[in-house]
Amino acid sequence: MAAASARTTPLLIIEAGKGRRQFFRDLWNYRELFLFLSWRDILVRYKQAVLGMAWSLLRPLLTIAVFSLVFGRLAKLPSAGIPYPVLVFAAMLPWQLFAGALGDSSNSLLGNTHLISKIYFPRLIIPVSSVMVNLLDFLISLALLLVLMAGYGYLPDARILFVPIFLLLALLLALGCGFWFSALNVKYRDFRYIVPFVVQFGLYISPVGFSSAVIPERWRLLYSLNPLVGIIDGFRWSLLRGKAEIYWAGFWLSLLLILLVFASGLIYFRRTERYFADVI
Amino acid sequence: MSSETEPIIRANGLGKKYLLRHQSRPRYETLRDMLAGNAKRLLQKATAPKREEFWALRDISFEVKPGDKLGIIGRNGAGKTTLLKILSRITEPSEGRAEIRGRVASLLEVGTGFHPELTGRENIFLNGAILGMRRAEIRRKFDEIVAFAEVEKFLDTPVKRYSSGMYVRLAFSVAAHLEPEILLIDEVLAVGDAEFQKKCLGKMGDVAKQGRTILFISHNMGAIANLCSHAIWLDKGKMAFSGNSHEAISKYVSQGAKSQGEMAWTDIESSPGNENVHIKAVRIRSAGEVSANVLIDKEIEIEIDYWNLKQGQPLYVGIQLRDKLNSIVFVSVNWPSANLLKDEWAGKPRPKGLYRSTCKIPANFLNNEGYSVDVGIANTRDEWQDIQGNGVIFFAVHETGEMKKEYSKGWAGVVRPKFAWATSLLDEDKL
Repeated sequence: MAAASARTTPLLIIEAGKGRRQFFRDLWNYRELFLFLSWRDILVRYKQAVLGMAWSLLRPLLTIAVFSLVFGRLAKLPSAGIPYPVLVFAAMLPWQLFAGALGDSSNSLLGNTHLISKIYFPRLIIPVSSVMVNLLDFLISLALLLVLMAGYGYLPDARILFVPIFLLLALLLALGCGFWFSALNVKYRDFRYIVPFVVQFGLYISPVGFSSAVIPERWRLLYSLNPLVGIIDGFRWSLLRGKAEIYWAGFWLSLLLILLVFASGLIYFRRTERYFADVI
Repeated sequence: MSSETEPIIRANGLGKKYLLRHQSRPRYETLRDMLAGNAKRLLQKATAPKREEFWALRDISFEVKPGDKLGIIGRNGAGKTTLLKILSRITEPSEGRAEIRGRVASLLEVGTGFHPELTGRENIFLNGAILGMRRAEIRRKFDEIVAFAEVEKFLDTPVKRYSSGMYVRLAFSVAAHLEPEILLIDEVLAVGDAEFQKKCLGKMGDVAKQGRTILFISHNMGAIANLCSHAIWLDKGKMAFSGNSHEAISKYVSQGAKSQGEMAWTDIESSPGNENVHIKAVRIRSAGEVSANVLIDKEIEIEIDYWNLKQGQPLYVGIQLRDKLNSIVFVSVNWPSANLLKDEWAGKPRPKGLYRSTCKIPANFLNNEGYSVDVGIANTRDEWQDIQGNGVIFFAVHETGEMKKEYSKGWAGVVRPKFAWATSLLDEDKL
């Protein structure tokens, strides 16, 4: 009986310096933990706040109001006939997702120290599950944007079907950076301070408050070195009836960078995860 | 049959090395430290960086057969938890290899992943998932878990409002309903009140009877003796003994007896103590000699030398005697009402200085076993203040044949006192 069960259960070998074998099988085996951790983050996020979900609306709305006022009214930046708040909101969606996901995933390992030092599971679950709550915020904001657009009588066309693709790119970028920062955070706590700075800075160098069309043509490829440019342009293109053009050379560059960041982040994370429990 | 089955766990030469940094350095580095360190290293390339290697565990090899219960004993810092962490894949070994055939669940701590904001119900699901249970499995056992933890009424209350007892009960209850083939358990039974501990041990016994393989760390030798057939004793990261659990326990407990019956510290700084007192030495004396091996028919004196560091404070001195299962045999303090003699310094304001208090345990009172002594010194009457945790000194009581003239087998019990017996004939009659 015991021997039979031993035959059916695969042999697990733990060996010095061999890293984690059967990585993908473990990811699959622990899929429920992934769901539970995402669920926990969502529950906890909304449990303590009196206004609950309203916060995920209030924050972007206030930013949009300020940006529309400063860039649209005061600086009078061009908007190609799109209502300025809509123009900003369409960019705020991926930005908010990216910024939130980056912040949460970067701190995720430190926030789950007790789990890492007491339980085995594929460590990758932690940063990935921590971004799920931002996905929920994203969906709420998207619904709000559609309401706002209906208010302006400016509804999206079939291009909206491309949103998931750009959403995926935003997630990949946030996760790629999140893998890097969360793993680095385990050893070098400096990244706790670097990440908020990157996020704050990024809001101004990304075309959130303005259309990327305001960037002179000859600088646009250079500007696209910020991979968020491609993502934000893509969101505007698919949500605003194609009125905001995608600068394709820049988009491919952004895409390449996103994949590069994601792949390198994943590799770095996988290489360092085996000492997490020892140094965290 | 069981001797022919393949081992479910086979460890071969497992070791775990840590690099010790200088004391002042924090466990994590900041980027600045790293950059500064690199610059320094460049400058002093000739001198190799001095990092001390520390082997938390080394050369650990053992086999566990399916259904075996293996106890792991040893002092704090002996590497017990590190071993479980390696086997549960939380940390990687630095050398060696282990093969495991079966689903492993580890329980290094009760309530890992409990979130204070979530309700009892939510935490059961979350904690279950963290420990490796499937959702369907948790749902199936939900009622059982709740009933075992006795928290039905508070299921929808956030656990931050739970009393610590309720919290621990719920956490243990989730863990107790795990059904892996191999269960790795750290010292988690040392929680909760005595009654709940008993319940937990009972549950562990049930789990053990279901044929699961268990690796179990405990300082409670009674639990080890009851649950485990085999045990390994780790000492400073090395395997000191592996085999029958009773043998392992008695070897482990008597290990302290090597200290020749005296534990002494040369200066106040390094000696154990608090702001009021420090211990200078603890001795076991019998028949006029200091020895960790005493005879059962001789009086035993426990001698405690200590420094009084505060002018004018009263001091009370006490001991706790523990048996080899680490249960307390008795507590004795020089409170006047608990003392056969009159101790002139008990409770009297004392000038600073070195003192000696002696407690005499009568002959023919203890059994032929190993015992350990805890020392407590307090400057208030109603509080026991431990000076150095469990077991400052160990000693073993040896048989002399006294009390064995009629009955020669082993005497049960943690003590073997000689009491006064008398029998009288009340009525000589045929019934």
